[in-house]
Amino acid sequence: MKKSIASLLLGTALAVTAAGAAFAQDKTVKIGALSDQSGLYADLGGPGSTLAAQMAVEDSGLAAKGWKIDIISGDHQNKPDIGTAIARQWFDVDKVDIIVDVPNSGVALAVNNVVKEKNGVYINSGAATSDLTNAQCSPNTVHWTYDTYMLAHTTGQALVKAGGDTWFFLTADYAFGAALERDTTAVITANGGKVVGGVKHPLNTPDFSSFLLQAQASKAKIIGLANAGGDTTNTIKQAAEFGIVKGGQKLAALLLFLTDVKAIGLETAQGLNFTETFYWDMNDQTRAFSKRFSEKMKSGAMPTMVQAGVYAGVRHYLKALDALGGNPHDGIKVVEKMKSMPTEDELFGKGEIQPNGRTIHNAYLFEVKKPSESKGPWDFYKLVGTVPGDQAFTPLSESKCALLKK
Amino acid sequence: MQALYAQLLVGLINGSFYALLSLGLAVIFGMLNIINFAHGALYMMGAFVAYFLLNLGGINYWWALLFAPIIVGIFGMILERTMLKFLTGLDHLYGLLLTFGIALIVQGVFQNYFGSSGLPYSIPDQLKGGMNLGFMFLPIYRGWVVIFSLVVCLATWFLIEKTRLGANLRAATENPTLVRAFGINVPRMITLTYGLGVGLAALAGVLSAPINQVRPLMGADLIIVVFAVVVIGGMGSIMGSIITGFALGVIEGLTKYFYPEASNTVVFVLMVLVLLVKPTGLTGRAA
Repeated sequence: MKKSIASLLLGTALAVTAAGAAFAQDKTVKIGALSDQSGLYADLGGPGSTLAAQMAVEDSGLAAKGWKIDIISGDHQNKPDIGTAIARQWFDVDKVDIIVDVPNSGVALAVNNVVKEKNGVYINSGAATSDLTNAQCSPNTVHWTYDTYMLAHTTGQALVKAGGDTWFFLTADYAFGAALERDTTAVITANGGKVVGGVKHPLNTPDFSSFLLQAQASKAKIIGLANAGGDTTNTIKQAAEFGIVKGGQKLAALLLFLTDVKAIGLETAQGLNFTETFYWDMNDQTRAFSKRFSEKMKSGAMPTMVQAGVYAGVRHYLKALDALGGNPHDGIKVVEKMKSMPTEDELFGKGEIQPNGRTIHNAYLFEVKKPSESKGPWDFYKLVGTVPGDQAFTPLSESKCALLKK
Repeated sequence: MQALYAQLLVGLINGSFYALLSLGLAVIFGMLNIINFAHGALYMMGAFVAYFLLNLGGINYWWALLFAPIIVGIFGMILERTMLKFLTGLDHLYGLLLTFGIALIVQGVFQNYFGSSGLPYSIPDQLKGGMNLGFMFLPIYRGWVVIFSLVVCLATWFLIEKTRLGANLRAATENPTLVRAFGINVPRMITLTYGLGVGLAALAGVLSAPINQVRPLMGADLIIVVFAVVVIGGMGSIMGSIITGFALGVIEGLTKYFYPEASNTVVFVLMVLVLLVKPTGLTGRAA
């Protein structure tokens, strides 16, 4: 299945680019969409991210200018060793210029090193860890869409300020969960709150009842979910079963995607507060893009913010290449060009890429609608507030990125 | 101490699923000598059938408990008639590879159309809510799962070990030619047995639909653990797989309390230990 999608995309990409005139050496680009194609993060990234990259290539109009742009996709299966092996093969054998998406912070950090070593371009949209633009930043990396610092300083901060001053964490036991717990804990303590306990659970846990009982016994006001995808949906569903919210404790879904809400169902998910940087139903432009996207998805799904980030990131990358007049096949050079141009696209609006590789754009606080308020199969969110990019993401003064010390 | 009671109870709930699934595997292995790797996919199909019955046919959970195992069981019997039966007498490896392939295909098809995050299925109204046991808040639905699966497990054990039908079945496994000579249709009995094992998997799928997401990979995530349960209990032993299923659920639950990081490996550590000490499993007999 994966192969057939890849070849389909490849075929389409070829067909599109074949329309262009010359196969000039310096106008060829190969994009690798590396994601979890079949596991718990496949719906929020996966095949949808490959589609988003493909749409970005089509919408860039570069084919008409003689560019030949190919897209291939790979499945990292949430394993860092598989992710790095694919990345190495892509750079060494397939001559890939840029890797996009890569959800799962553990894999994302491992691939980050490979891209740096091979001087490629890395536009990460799927991973959450703020380390990608902080302690482990790289001149080859741009981090789009969101990160753990942003999640902590939006959802986390809002909850603490609303009186949720004691927290218990349910944390996915790998790089992402650790980073999200760390960044959120910093916000909680800075705002006078306290973390009273926590459990680290293995990635992809089907049953959370044991952990939820421990959270219940802790009497913390807020149960912070430092997990994602299928883990989060299972936690929320089972928390409802154990009467956690009815008992007075509040769930903080620090990271929740559109596809998660769809999976939980509004009946259970209603009232959850969380933060995203993209929602399909924001304005006419996002609706138009999402409609096109959804029509091409087999499941008919609307794009998640991760998939939107892949689209926007590839668009910006291609703009930079166009401005350079050709592909230098030099990652650092291309990323420098990307950073020198302000970002602007239909999905995230105006923004910029900071010297550490962090893309700055607005973040939005949402609340899940009640079933009675929802007018369609994907009508899930109510906009509660907007956080400007410079307040949502790590200020450069706090970043430990080595690139900033030049 | 109170927390400990709660964890024991939660462990029993998970144990119910392990028991139901490993029971089906044990029945199939014991009677057909097939290592049924498609078991997880069939469990998943049970949950999906329940979802479709509710959302397309308006048929509620209670009827799904009856219909889903029958529908998936028929699917299983078709598999047995069209594919598995040709592997009789061959090495176990063939059956394992065939059923593993079937599992991948079924999961792939579901994933293609429904994505990986799954679909919501809510708890039936009659079983909503919970009761305060003093040491924990027990959702009524979970209590129901434990009792119902215990009853189903014991009924299956009784059917196979204590009835005439079960005796015929066991005899047919030992010496099919001789049993045929008594005028018993052995191939049909084998097909029905596979259908029964598959039906148990589908039943577990319906039971788990309201607790977990109805996801294409829900079975794949579980099946490896269930195989470990079967190996620990002794391949093909009916009572062994029931008891081990519940016991391992409890042990896993306790691990989640004392050392959560190891909760998804503890079953395998136990499997290694059991295999080292008693390679036929706890209740298995030497072949």
